[in-house]
Amino acid sequence: MKRREFLKLAGAVSVAGCATPAPSKARVVVVGGGFGGATAAKYIRKWDPSIEVVLVERESAFVSCPISNLVLGGYSSLADISRNYDALRRHGVQVVRDEVTAIDAPKKTVRLARGGELAYERLIVSPGIDFNFGELQGYEAAMQAGSVLHAWKAGPQTAALRTQLEQMRDGGVYVLSIPMAPYRCPPGPYERASIVAAYFKQAKPRSKVLVLDANPDITSKAGLFKRAWSDLYPKIIEYRGNSRAVAVDGNARIVKLELDDVKGDVLNVVPPHRAADLAEKAGLITTNNRWCDVDWRTMESKAVKGVHVLGDATLSAPAMPKSASMANNHAKIAAAAVVELLNGRNPEPFKIINTCYSFVSPKEAIRVSSVHEWEPTQGTLVAVKGSGGVSAARSEAEGAYAWSWARTIWADSLA
Amino acid sequence: MVRTLALAGAVCLAPAAFGQDGTARNLASACAICHGTDGRAVTKEVTPLAGLPREHIAAQMRAFRDGQRPATVMHQLAKGYTDAQIDALAAWFSSQKR
Repeated sequence: MKRREFLKLAGAVSVAGCATPAPSKARVVVVGGGFGGATAAKYIRKWDPSIEVVLVERESAFVSCPISNLVLGGYSSLADISRNYDALRRHGVQVVRDEVTAIDAPKKTVRLARGGELAYERLIVSPGIDFNFGELQGYEAAMQAGSVLHAWKAGPQTAALRTQLEQMRDGGVYVLSIPMAPYRCPPGPYERASIVAAYFKQAKPRSKVLVLDANPDITSKAGLFKRAWSDLYPKIIEYRGNSRAVAVDGNARIVKLELDDVKGDVLNVVPPHRAADLAEKAGLITTNNRWCDVDWRTMESKAVKGVHVLGDATLSAPAMPKSASMANNHAKIAAAAVVELLNGRNPEPFKIINTCYSFVSPKEAIRVSSVHEWEPTQGTLVAVKGSGGVSAARSEAEGAYAWSWARTIWADSLA
Repeated sequence: MVRTLALAGAVCLAPAAFGQDGTARNLASACAICHGTDGRAVTKEVTPLAGLPREHIAAQMRAFRDGQRPATVMHQLAKGYTDAQIDALAAWFSSQKR
């Protein structure tokens, strides 16, 4: 390519930072600015700057679920785990603070809460999760009264739960109720139990962490968590498997299980999840009234053509957790596919990596990793045989890597 | 030609500059969650892959995979990649600006 030809080509497309704006090739609308949506918006612009990208996000800032358990223990702050969307704008992403209320797939438009519609050539929806509050009698009323919290979306509930833990008397009981898998962040509840226990051990040592798990056993890194609990918090954490919460009595501070009632001072009950409300409204939910099945080569919805779904809202592929690392890598599959499709080429199957760190004390962490690739006969992503695994042991080195991973994935997704 | 590409990198890349090696680019993008976008590390804990010699990256990946270089995580991840994929990753990261 000669220089003049290059400049002509560059002038023919719209590129952030280039002097002459020109008509874009196509517009992609991305709904949701979490790990999935933000990454997709950034990487589409990075991989084809001639595509116009509009990101619709209802919050003014991103707050990270990973590391938010350290905020509960007082070892980090909401400011540490929050990022604004300015850096994405520098990639030429148009960030619109609004909420998508409806998707018209045949017309290829989304409707915005503040009025008006946005047309798209391809739509990427990374809606996250919402809760099936109906499965827990009394939950919503108790939550509105502030007597039960989930804190399973980082933000105001994280701050509220931290305050409740600080105000709890020494000798009190913190109850953490975990829903049946699949849920967002499989090791997250056990990390939370560990970090709250670390805080109790230091600040109110007669207190207890009571873990009520709907699952029969710890669902992720079980050996490493059990070892940490018996070494570090033997008199603080009590774990009960097969203990599914069915109701909450906020006034009496009681979590009702199928067979008995449990009383606590701070009630942290995480309800079962499903793909968020927008996915439901848009007809993207395909499975068990909860999750969105996708073509794992492109992340395109199996229910609605031209719409790609990312992150925790998806019907997970085998052995794939609902995690930030996965949402970020789902976004790259979708970004590459959208770029290829809008350029008249065929998307290629991907290979992606999951890595999830969990703190078991303020400084020590454990990890689980896996590599996932397209398997044509099964028609899905599968874990590559012989790859992946967990930490050899908890360590401060893994803790340093955990912070490194967090800062890096925040930057890879949002900066 | 060389000058054109350098200019393209400095100003703004046109889509035509991508695509030829999309597979390596896509493979490499998964590493960014720990190693940073395009292998440009944002913390001191991880190796900045961008601009490292390709032979070095490929040799280290094989050493992780074959258990010759101890690691906390890379020995588990390297086992997920074929020789051809390791070479493609090494070539792609070595061609990135530091």
